[in-house]
Amino acid sequence: MKLAGLLLLVSGWVIVLSAIALLPPAGSRSAFIFAGLGIEVLGLVLAIRAHIPEFEERR
Amino acid sequence: MGAASSELKAALCGCLILLIPFAYAGLALMSSGMGRSRSAVHSLVAALAAAAVAAVVYVAFGFAWQGTPAVPSYGLATGGVVWNWIASGRFFFDGLDPSGTPTTLLTACFGVFACAFTAVIPLGAGEERWRLGAMLASTAMLAGWTFPLFAHWVWGGGWLSALGWQSGIGRGFLDAGGAGVIQVVGGFSALSITWLLGARRGKFSQEGMPAAIPGHNSVFVTFGCFLALVGWFGLNSSAAILFYGAEPGRIPLIAVNTLLTAAGAMLAAALLTRTRFGKPDASLSANGWTAGLAASSAGAAFQVPTEALIVGLVAGVLVTFSVEWLELHFKIDDPAGSISVHAAGGLWGLLAAGFLGHFPIAGGDGQMMAQLIGVATLLGFVLPLLYASNWMLNKLIPYRAPLDGERQGMDLHELGANAYPELVSHFDDIPQR
Repeated sequence: MKLAGLLLLVSGWVIVLSAIALLPPAGSRSAFIFAGLGIEVLGLVLAIRAHIPEFEERR
Repeated sequence: MGAASSELKAALCGCLILLIPFAYAGLALMSSGMGRSRSAVHSLVAALAAAAVAAVVYVAFGFAWQGTPAVPSYGLATGGVVWNWIASGRFFFDGLDPSGTPTTLLTACFGVFACAFTAVIPLGAGEERWRLGAMLASTAMLAGWTFPLFAHWVWGGGWLSALGWQSGIGRGFLDAGGAGVIQVVGGFSALSITWLLGARRGKFSQEGMPAAIPGHNSVFVTFGCFLALVGWFGLNSSAAILFYGAEPGRIPLIAVNTLLTAAGAMLAAALLTRTRFGKPDASLSANGWTAGLAASSAGAAFQVPTEALIVGLVAGVLVTFSVEWLELHFKIDDPAGSISVHAAGGLWGLLAAGFLGHFPIAGGDGQMMAQLIGVATLLGFVLPLLYASNWMLNKLIPYRAPLDGERQGMDLHELGANAYPELVSHFDDIPQR
């Protein structure tokens, strides 16, 4: 889970970079940048949740 | 006349750079005050040692990779875009001409102080359980690689700063005082380290409920806030002059904006805690002040005072909830609130600069998009890099102090002497008969 979260962070960034390099200024570039950021947020949430230590459940 | 004016500007910038150490002196005092008395001097020694290692490693390697726009660099060309990713300067400041133009020398000097500042930020998060030797190794990696690389992208003519003229995205990523380069990089380093270290013993109950571990000296904490303000005046003003060509006449506005952002954040945090808990919380108010300073670093040079105040008010609310969420819901033990203050505050400042900035630099629309790309880079590249490098280092040099270290306190365990030898504040120190 930790690794998956970190990989999602990197994947989102690669999408952002690809959008800058490959897409024209007008059009879908902004959408891809937002999509990349969205994936990064998912990755961050996953990484944070994966690092929560396990505690005994309250009875 | 022109040469005299330029020399005066350089002298002023040099004086402002010399104020920056007050910022990390303030942070070090705050961290020490927010920790327990048994690790007070360890916290301050760690800050001093981190600043020392960061300065040496940055001079040896870091500046060569950070460079300036005038220094040659390596780039990759893809899709019609040149990704200028690292400078190709010489190690140990070799090639810097003391009699040449002062800009490069001042940038190098600024870099040393900024890098040392970044290195001090994670210490508050790893307090009371991070071994000194491991901390120094982590600092060396931060100062020798991660900080210079991102600083090159933003301040050294790298691809993030070139987004404007090269890809038509605003004026490129703007970070006039290091909200991203210093604060968020330091804050993400703090997050990686708390993930690897885990919580202090006794911080969470078996059911996962956090226990309050009060700091030992609120006077250190509040005095640290005042010291930090002085340092931030120097940081925000000198960076604006060096990297964005601000004229000396702009310095009063930068100073007022820096103060207003900190003031707004502190007042928001104090009011919010007063409303929620009945009394203003001293520690969270101090964290609000520092989060305001962190947020001011992105746009103090480009905003009007009203906007700076708004940025501060939001930063104060943000840091209060962030500290609570990290501890209560994500079980992250960050004694000095370094992650919330520097990472959350810095990220908010970077975004706010995108929609509340009035930029003297020529450029097109889409500044917000440029700021978002910078934030995406911090999240998608800097955070994983910091985590991976610290994870590997942790395998070689274990970060966490042994049980005895935490029980005795890091002062006695690592330094052999307490900060307050006349004060035995915990029963473990009393010989049992």
